[in-house]
Amino acid sequence: MAAEDLPSEFDVVILGTGLAESVVAAACSRVGQRVLHLDRRSYYAANWASFTFNGLLTWIEQQHEESPSEEVQDWSSLLEEGEELIYLSKPDSASITNLQVFCFISPETQVSSVFSEEDEEDEAQSHDPPNTTEEETGADDENAAKETSETEPADSNDKETKEEPEEAADGGEDGQSQAAHTQGEEPEGDQPCLHATQSQSEPTRKQISYAQLVKEGRRFNIDLVSKLMYSRGSLVNLLIKSNVSRYAEFKNVTRILTYRHGNVEQVPCSRADVFASRQLSVVEKRKLMRFLTSCVEETEEQQAYNGRPYLEFLRDQQLGDNLQHFLLHSIAMVTEDTATEVGLASTRHFLRCLGHYGNTPFLFPVYGLGEIPQCFCRMCAVFGGVYCLRHSVHCLLVNKDTNRCKAVIDSRGQRISCSHFVVEDSYVATERKKVATPTRSLSRAVLITDGSVLPGDSDQQVSLVTVPPVAAGSLAVRMVELCPSTMTCMPGTYLVHLTCQSVGSAYEDLFPVVTRMFHTPESCNQEKRPSVLWCLYFNMVDGAGVEVQGHDLPSNVYVCSGPDGGLGHEHAIKQAESIFQKILPEEDFCPPAPNPEDIIYDGENTVTSPGDKEEKEKKEEKEKEQQKEQELQTEE
Amino acid sequence: MLIVTCKIKLHSEKTHNKPSRQPGACVIWFLKKSPSQTERMHGRLKIKSTAQQEEEKRKEREKKLKIYVTARDACFSKRKEGILDDEALQLTQQLLSANPDFATFWNYRREILMHLETVKDEDEMQKIYEAELSFLESCLKVNPKSYGSWHHRGWVSVRLPRPDWARELSLCDRCLSLDDRNFHCWDYRRMVVKMSGVPVDQELGFTDRLIGSNFSNYSSWHYRSTLLPLLHPESPEPPSPCRKPPQTSPPPSPQTHSHRVCEEQLLKEYELVQNAFFTDPNDQSAWFYYRWLLGRAEREEMISCVYASRDEERVAVAFSRPVNAQTVGLLLVLDGQPQRVEWRSVHPRFKHSPVWICDLPPGTISDITNEHNLTVHWTEKHTHRDCALYTGRTESYCRDSATDQELFRSELSVEKTSVLQSELQSCNQLQELEPRNKWCLLTIILLMRALDPLGYEKETLAHFQTLKEVDPMRSAYYSDLCSKFMIENTILKMEYAEVRVFSISDKNLTTLCHLDQLLLVTHINLSSNHLQRLPPQFAMLQCLEVLEADNNSIENLEGLYRLPRLEEVSLKNNKISALADLQPLASCPKLKRLDLRGNPVTQTANIESELAELLPSVTDLLL
Repeated sequence: MAAEDLPSEFDVVILGTGLAESVVAAACSRVGQRVLHLDRRSYYAANWASFTFNGLLTWIEQQHEESPSEEVQDWSSLLEEGEELIYLSKPDSASITNLQVFCFISPETQVSSVFSEEDEEDEAQSHDPPNTTEEETGADDENAAKETSETEPADSNDKETKEEPEEAADGGEDGQSQAAHTQGEEPEGDQPCLHATQSQSEPTRKQISYAQLVKEGRRFNIDLVSKLMYSRGSLVNLLIKSNVSRYAEFKNVTRILTYRHGNVEQVPCSRADVFASRQLSVVEKRKLMRFLTSCVEETEEQQAYNGRPYLEFLRDQQLGDNLQHFLLHSIAMVTEDTATEVGLASTRHFLRCLGHYGNTPFLFPVYGLGEIPQCFCRMCAVFGGVYCLRHSVHCLLVNKDTNRCKAVIDSRGQRISCSHFVVEDSYVATERKKVATPTRSLSRAVLITDGSVLPGDSDQQVSLVTVPPVAAGSLAVRMVELCPSTMTCMPGTYLVHLTCQSVGSAYEDLFPVVTRMFHTPESCNQEKRPSVLWCLYFNMVDGAGVEVQGHDLPSNVYVCSGPDGGLGHEHAIKQAESIFQKILPEEDFCPPAPNPEDIIYDGENTVTSPGDKEEKEKKEEKEKEQQKEQELQTEE
Repeated sequence: MLIVTCKIKLHSEKTHNKPSRQPGACVIWFLKKSPSQTERMHGRLKIKSTAQQEEEKRKEREKKLKIYVTARDACFSKRKEGILDDEALQLTQQLLSANPDFATFWNYRREILMHLETVKDEDEMQKIYEAELSFLESCLKVNPKSYGSWHHRGWVSVRLPRPDWARELSLCDRCLSLDDRNFHCWDYRRMVVKMSGVPVDQELGFTDRLIGSNFSNYSSWHYRSTLLPLLHPESPEPPSPCRKPPQTSPPPSPQTHSHRVCEEQLLKEYELVQNAFFTDPNDQSAWFYYRWLLGRAEREEMISCVYASRDEERVAVAFSRPVNAQTVGLLLVLDGQPQRVEWRSVHPRFKHSPVWICDLPPGTISDITNEHNLTVHWTEKHTHRDCALYTGRTESYCRDSATDQELFRSELSVEKTSVLQSELQSCNQLQELEPRNKWCLLTIILLMRALDPLGYEKETLAHFQTLKEVDPMRSAYYSDLCSKFMIENTILKMEYAEVRVFSISDKNLTTLCHLDQLLLVTHINLSSNHLQRLPPQFAMLQCLEVLEADNNSIENLEGLYRLPRLEEVSLKNNKISALADLQPLASCPKLKRLDLRGNPVTQTANIESELAELLPSVTDLLL
């Protein structure tokens, strides 16, 4: 961190670099506000962040650490007349709870999985595969190496040659992560069973070791939240409108899947999907297409169902079980008792977003969702915003009469005056927050697997999987499976995010789904399912309940919530827009950024006297003529 | 999979065409020049106004135009002087990359390249042509539908000493993935496939892919229809038992057989195309492909009827398709003697006609006590037909009985009944779901006609009624089509009854067709329809004696031309308005009775005397 002091005067000070805060920062900076954007963390995007595998391990450790109790310093010396202090809460990690890590793979490179239990244990100690099986395994290994070398030739060669020396180093890190297992059962005990079953199904599949995950850790970009971007949702519209989209690249979600009768099936949602679907009869195809076309517009028939469950409406459309399932769980993504008007609105949103960028209505940013807040920060910086990480605000200085925040005192004790203060809700002391509803939380699981839940023609599929509640009262789980080409996981693996509203701990909520859909030591007869190599469970506070204002805070302090449980980004964008409008009610929210060539700088007067211009042009013309002459000469 | 590998950049409408900037570079650029916090007095960046931007753009355009015009003129003068040098190549390249649709410069370029071929060796030419291809690629990026660029690419590809067809194929695929309906690219691709000999099954896979991503594409479906017969040809067994025994028919012509597909594959195709039209029944490309699959039989080429009349000493011959008798080598043999006769069509308007007439020399067959054997040879098609004129008979004819199989199933007749039946079922299923879909209705009608035209007559008429309601723009087309089917049905009924009376009154006919099938009809009743004319084809009714066409809207009698036996014509309540319209009747020598009541022409002054003059043979005139 630079030692020099920050300017002591800003229009807007923003604490926290989550999505909503970053959008506010970009929007304010864009219309000329002087913005100071801070985060106490060492990384951007708060609970919206993406981490490399190693970064995630560090993050996990941090969550386990006791937050060091800082002494509350007395800043009253900085008070001016008529001011009072409001202390912000200590950096807490209360937003993340019930963190559990499981590792189902051996710490070292597993050359082949054709070993018996004894061999396995031997190997764990000796690293060297027994000579008896070497020939066979060597061949397998070569094949596997070839496969990977197609995508990353340099790396895989590296791997082959450097394996030995690297392992020692990796072992150390592995030990650290083992310590992170809080309640996890001993993975070693179950391992042989896992390998044995696997070898039957796919003997040639190369086992990825924990050491490899760590070594290739930089290829991972693991998001703390799991969302997708509706291709005509408010985030995408904002990205396009503001030109922030130029800072990122996106990939289509290529298919929507659902879990039904113990199988993973593809949900046909576009015209091409419906046409190609093998599960639907032609009559079902017609009914589905007709329903989708008809529900775009509101009809009286639909209104008659207002307040009644969407499922009832679907039933009365004579669609059949197949289509009802698809429409309810995968297209509307609502529950059985959701009201018809809500279900229809959600269906319409889905349909409006179809056909813009591919077969599904969703986009996913390459390198993970953590990119998005950073893109907005970049925009803010481009327009002069000042950024500091590992830099927090200790307290606010409030004018007692007006109940407005006049300045903040940062973690280095500097007084920085500001007209508006935007803050992530975790910095606000609990006693000051208005908690209207009991805080809900989300259950999250992140899995690294070795195969897709539905292998298809291409191994580079990005899938949204809707897992409806198995029985009444259980949870609907949303799953996003990312392939290596999204730059979120290493080749040969898939990164799977599971999300649902919490009932118990993340492990309790999601473990049953993971066991059912994947091959883990706990699951039986699931040989054909992809194996879970590594997984992480945690709960995160659901930001949906937090209000922007109405807390026990000065009137020019605005609170941004953390990530919500919705699939899209509507909540955060709406929040950012409403904060922006409160700060600058007259201004446009994120107008298009101008092209660099259209910006006028001091000293560079494009509207100068006509004489200047002509001279300039003449000069240019002369130069061109000279150039031409030269060209002609050289040709001759 | 393309969709997976490509990354998406989001763009607003405005920025779409601008070259994308590297994000990193952009930021650095900004940071370098961005005024520091304190310098920004007013708090925001100054941005050029739209007027300023416009002005700059205009200047830019003017400058470009000047360069362009100069280069163009230079090019023209060089070409005039016949200079074929590298500089000209450079100049045309510059011009064409700005405007790839300038055909003259492409020609000039080809002239230069052909000249270079004479002075450079093969390796050099390979290099030059390769450079040409990459230049063309940049032109296609500017305008992917430029005729000039695609044509030039084809020209270069063929002349390239060592062509890389795989590269060309991938270029086409890339281009089609951006716009799957770019017909220029489709054309070029066909050329590439032909030159490089891509296996047919691979190409079929290619259409699978394109149809899978978007089935609203005629090009893909059509391409499929050309590939399938090559890949899965129909087994050589005779397709339908009702065809004529092989010895009489000529060897199967390529058109009638090569475009059929074996049944196993056909069933797969039916499934595929059904998926398409059930998914989107309003997309016509799938329906057209479906019609192609269901087949379009071509009628065998033959002489369908020979008719001889003693009284008129005349022979009439009907063919299965319109021919020009003067050129197809038609030979009449009478009792073993080839006759020199003059063939004429039934109406001077026709050069090609399905019915031809010749007059025999006077006295050759007039004696009723003689028996004659006539043979008409169609030498071009190696086919013939005999006709015996027995003693005591004034006329004779020989023909195939017009069974339904032979005549009118030509729209969709090739498939087996069971297949058609199941197709009809699925179409009916779709029609239940989409009662107002015109494509579905029309296909049902065609299937019903192919299966059992008389049995389904009622349903067919009902479907036509619905069609006219849901698609009023084409109601006249549907009326004509319906008329055609009604006439076909009436002909079938007449054939089954073995009579020469054709009665089709009150059937909403709007047009007349299949008149060649009515060569032998003596009595025809067309009353109470919506006919507006008796077309020239009507003259094919060579045996007609009595015509009833009351209560129509006929205003034109062109077809009542040289009908040798016509005696009685009833045209009550029609729209004949001028005496001149009755002129054709003067060519019918035996006309005795004419009923013109309820026609505007009856109001003409002196009508009776005028008519008496025009039609002296008429004895019984009703006005």
